[in-house]
Amino acid sequence: MSAGWTREQMAARAAQDIPDGSYVNLGIGIPELVTRFVPAGREFIYHTENGMLGMGPPPAEDDRDLDLMNAGKKYVTAVPGAAYFHHADSFSMIRGGHIDVCVLGTMQVAANGDIANWSTGAPDAIPAVGGAMDLVQGVRHIYVITQHTTRSGEPKLVERCSYPLTGPGVVSRIYTDLAVVDVTADGFQVVELAPGVSFEEVEDKTGAPILPPE
Amino acid sequence: MINKKYSSVSKAVADIPDGATVQVGGFGASGSPIELIHALIDQGARDLTVINNNTGNGEVGLAALIGNGQVSKMICSFPRSSQSRVFPKLYREGRIELELVPQGTLAERIRAAGAGIPAFYTPTTVGTVLAQGKESREFDGRSYVMEAWLKADYALIKCEVADPLGNLTYNKTARNFSPLMCMAATTTIVQTKKLVAAGDIDPEHVITPGIFVNRIVEVPDPVHEDILIAEGRSYP
Repeated sequence: MSAGWTREQMAARAAQDIPDGSYVNLGIGIPELVTRFVPAGREFIYHTENGMLGMGPPPAEDDRDLDLMNAGKKYVTAVPGAAYFHHADSFSMIRGGHIDVCVLGTMQVAANGDIANWSTGAPDAIPAVGGAMDLVQGVRHIYVITQHTTRSGEPKLVERCSYPLTGPGVVSRIYTDLAVVDVTADGFQVVELAPGVSFEEVEDKTGAPILPPE
Repeated sequence: MINKKYSSVSKAVADIPDGATVQVGGFGASGSPIELIHALIDQGARDLTVINNNTGNGEVGLAALIGNGQVSKMICSFPRSSQSRVFPKLYREGRIELELVPQGTLAERIRAAGAGIPAFYTPTTVGTVLAQGKESREFDGRSYVMEAWLKADYALIKCEVADPLGNLTYNKTARNFSPLMCMAATTTIVQTKKLVAAGDIDPEHVITPGIFVNRIVEVPDPVHEDILIAEGRSYP
């Protein structure tokens, strides 16, 4: 068994790569943890698709405002300097390239930057896409945080996605429990290994050729 | 004198016919016009096409309208959630149609309808199954998919403050799709928490100008979907 990174450490590692002053959109799950690990001296402004810039942490149960939710339908707060707007403005920010970084979870990500995180394509599944396809096409930097493999040990970093795509060739960097991996013209490239993890282990658990750290 | 005020939600929705296309404001529970939706359940119009980001939660509001068999088609971006049971059941039984639209495209299609723009090109869905069968075109070397406007006969909207001319303000993220739907529908019906005199809303603070609104009903103490669900309520 490897040591690797915890969910919190994966989020903290991703936060290190987000520049001061960035407008950031976070997906549901591990990406939400990024807010807890903003490096000292940096300020991020969080965008939520349902119409707010300046999203703050969840409120205490007694302080919740029923009209103040995030895109995951969870109750949130607004930081000083927050702004509300309608959905067309919100997705103009996304599609128009105004959001700097989006951190997403995924089911699969391919060596060419394709991402599949909205549907398994199973015939009995009810398709639901939300804003995922807008985000991956519109936000300048698409980062993915994910476990390196599924619960049953299947690679999530693959040669080609078998699930329906959310968007083609859009992911630039992946943070897993085992490594930080870039998507390059030559495919996957390990940037950094988690403590106690060997390149051979990462290579073994990746479903596509992967280059060792330089 | 212009006065768009209606005395009750039932009068405000009375003329919605069978087969109408109805945009319903709200994103999840936030901004959902529950009283207007429940009035539409009482009224009984059927074979409706409903446009909303979701498909409702629990057995109240939009989920209750669907559960009552009044909706033949949903146009939405995210038809399932942890509290959404009514739509998934009918969908699996083949009793309701679904048009799945990415959230930003849904918003822009509604906005385009209100703005008199029949179609537009977007990068969203390029290279995915949701772009299949759609016209695409290159601009500055990048591929885009054409999407058409999304009009509606009626919009059911919840707002915070309205005046008799139909000028509206919203509360926080309860705004979401509502200003766009007000523009896109032939007849926009609004329930407002507070009705004030013309001039009481600072013109600089108006979010939806009254030209986009046809009917206003004051509902001073609106119920909230999450509270109804927590109380285990259902409608009717």
